[in-house]
Amino acid sequence: MIDDRAFWLLTAGLGIGTYLIRFSFLGLLGGRTLPQWLLMHLKYVGAAVFPAMITPLVLWPEATGGQIDPARLIAAAAAFVVGMRFSVLGAIFTGMGSLYLLQALGL
Amino acid sequence: MTSRSAFWRGFADCAPFILIVIPYSMMFGVVARDAGLDVFRTMSMSVLVIAGASQFTALTLLKEDAPVFVALLTALVVNLRMAIYSAALVPHLGHARLGVRALMAYLMVDQAFAVAVKRYESPPPLSPTARVAYYFGCMMLICPFWYGGTLAGAILGQAIPASLSIDFAVPVCFIALVAPGLRSLPHVVAALTSVAAMLVFSGLPWSLGLLVATLCAMVAGVQTELYLRRRVDRKAAA
Repeated sequence: MIDDRAFWLLTAGLGIGTYLIRFSFLGLLGGRTLPQWLLMHLKYVGAAVFPAMITPLVLWPEATGGQIDPARLIAAAAAFVVGMRFSVLGAIFTGMGSLYLLQALGL
Repeated sequence: MTSRSAFWRGFADCAPFILIVIPYSMMFGVVARDAGLDVFRTMSMSVLVIAGASQFTALTLLKEDAPVFVALLTALVVNLRMAIYSAALVPHLGHARLGVRALMAYLMVDQAFAVAVKRYESPPPLSPTARVAYYFGCMMLICPFWYGGTLAGAILGQAIPASLSIDFAVPVCFIALVAPGLRSLPHVVAALTSVAAMLVFSGLPWSLGLLVATLCAMVAGVQTELYLRRRVDRKAAA
């Protein structure tokens, strides 16, 4: 169960922090540029954060009590391949669709 | 191009993204209800933050009972990419009034940003006023659907049976977001490092593993890029 105080602290902090990030250059810093080393690292934020998020959710899903579930592993791999080659939306449908298919097949 | 037509042009150019925003925001609504938030709290988060990936991150960490500051820091790192968007928009939109820019900042989202900058950098050039109108055309389309989708998901969510494994929608959404971006070796190295570091550090207290893995992976990506660049330079010098 999510603690209410923690939720509001987090939501307010995230709302304000995210707004300040968005407002930063457009609103306050104008023509100033970020240092080169920081720009280089920011380019990899997406590739760095999502795989780390995905890994435990796919390997040890809460829904199976943390047990490895072959159906979820295969469905995640299928979504990845479709996402790389075709489209974002295709990846979502493939991921959920193949999980349902594998579950229906009894995997 | 008049402001009015620039607005509708931006609106039309962003229209395909509705197909992504609707399922993605609905999933946030469903997953948030599933995690125990009520409709009001779910909506509050979507309205105050409007950044799906960080909302999912925050939710996941809250469910794990991570300390608030760790969840906040990690979710903010997810959104740091928007500092780049903010900087990239200055040459195109920096002329607008402060109040207008404040509103622009609130509405800044990934897909619409990408569409807007692409338009600004291709001919024929838009007038400064048309650029502002175009930006709002893009962003106005995404935002209402983000709210509406979250609300629909939050209301319908309770009706979704457990057999639909809706929990799996979170990793699937992230996979869908990250996979198309893995187009260069440094990006692939960053992603692999991220997975490996998460496996190593997942046991860290306070759910710090995610933050540590992210930082390791960013450094790995940059170092790979620098290594490749040095190799090219060496070849050129030889």
